[in-house]
Amino acid sequence: MSQRAIDWWVGIFVLLGIAALAVLALRVGNLSGFAYGNGYVLHADFNNVGSLKDRSPVKLGGVTIGEVTHIGMNPQTFRAEVTMRIEPSIKLPIDTGASIYTQGLLGEQYVAIQPGGMPQNLKPGATITLTQGAVNIDQLIGQMVFDKASGSSSGTSTH
Amino acid sequence: MNEFFIPRLGHTVWESVPRLGAATRLLLGGLGAVGNRHFSFRQWLREVYGLGVLSLALMIVAAFFTGMVLGFQGYYALVRFGATSALGTLIALSLLRELGPVLTALLFAGRAGSALTAEIGSMKATEQLAAMEMMAVNPLAWVVAPRLWGGIFAVPILCVIFDLVGIFGGYLVSVPVLGVDGGTFWGQMQSNVTLSGDILNGLLKALCFGLIVTWIAVWQGFSAKPTAEGVGAATTRSVVMASLAVLGLDFILTALLF
Repeated sequence: MSQRAIDWWVGIFVLLGIAALAVLALRVGNLSGFAYGNGYVLHADFNNVGSLKDRSPVKLGGVTIGEVTHIGMNPQTFRAEVTMRIEPSIKLPIDTGASIYTQGLLGEQYVAIQPGGMPQNLKPGATITLTQGAVNIDQLIGQMVFDKASGSSSGTSTH
Repeated sequence: MNEFFIPRLGHTVWESVPRLGAATRLLLGGLGAVGNRHFSFRQWLREVYGLGVLSLALMIVAAFFTGMVLGFQGYYALVRFGATSALGTLIALSLLRELGPVLTALLFAGRAGSALTAEIGSMKATEQLAAMEMMAVNPLAWVVAPRLWGGIFAVPILCVIFDLVGIFGGYLVSVPVLGVDGGTFWGQMQSNVTLSGDILNGLLKALCFGLIVTWIAVWQGFSAKPTAEGVGAATTRSVVMASLAVLGLDFILTALLF
């Protein structure tokens, strides 16, 4: 095998490695993230974002129309501030609501948009005020147990 | 027999300490011999070709089947919880974090490490190494350095290719055969796999495995008895030791990088 052929093969080998790393980073890892790069920004304040994270999907009627770009805390109101990028062709009315739901039993959390009916649309950078945060299952179970306990104790006291 | 066991054990342990020292000297001397005038870049390219390019076909076939099996087995486990949407994440994380680096290193030890040991062992048996020293050619620079650096360079590249082909194999089983939704497969994978935490973590492991497998292979070749049986025994020892070292080191690295 001549030195020139070896040079070629090693070159191809290295290029294959670099290409594979690029494909892994872009297609498998979450480095690709400019899908909604030309979208407009909306904010929404939630009392609880649960396990929502950057790049979680934003859905309207089950269809992904954008993604979460940032989650922060508003120090004045103590509410979580979620920043989203929405596809430019989707214009949402100003009375649009946003909720955080979970996809399936073990699935990831996403922002679900409920469009309103007002004729005016939300401007880029506007804040959605009608929001419902993530449901905390621990809290729900605690509430249920507490209700059961207080219900049965009140039952015995009247007896 | 029994009365000889304890002294023999002690002797083995006692002898293994200077051997480890000599092996470390070989490793550091080999790695540091890059600046030596007898180190040849051409020779290094030749080793990358022999160790890396020629192992590529084996890696691709192995990765493809590993990915496909992961697809089937993962589906079998996840379908009970109705969580087949997590199949993409399962396949990608298993391959990137664990199976890619470890299987690449084990196959590399069998395919390339054994050849390295046999090659250096026969150089020693035919007194080529002694001849080099007679000609004032530093065998660390001429023989060891290109092989060590070639292995360290080739294994991470093989590992990336293994990961990618494995994920593609998993995709082929999951989406067209088992009917998992393609968008969910990639989407869940993308939202749960990170570049620094998972992909680079796996590559760091591959780098360490490349170093240790090549090191053991070269050392076994150097310390082989200069006979036909000696070289054969050294080749066997090289593969066994390298495989065990990869698995042990994998545990330590996983615990550290977890």
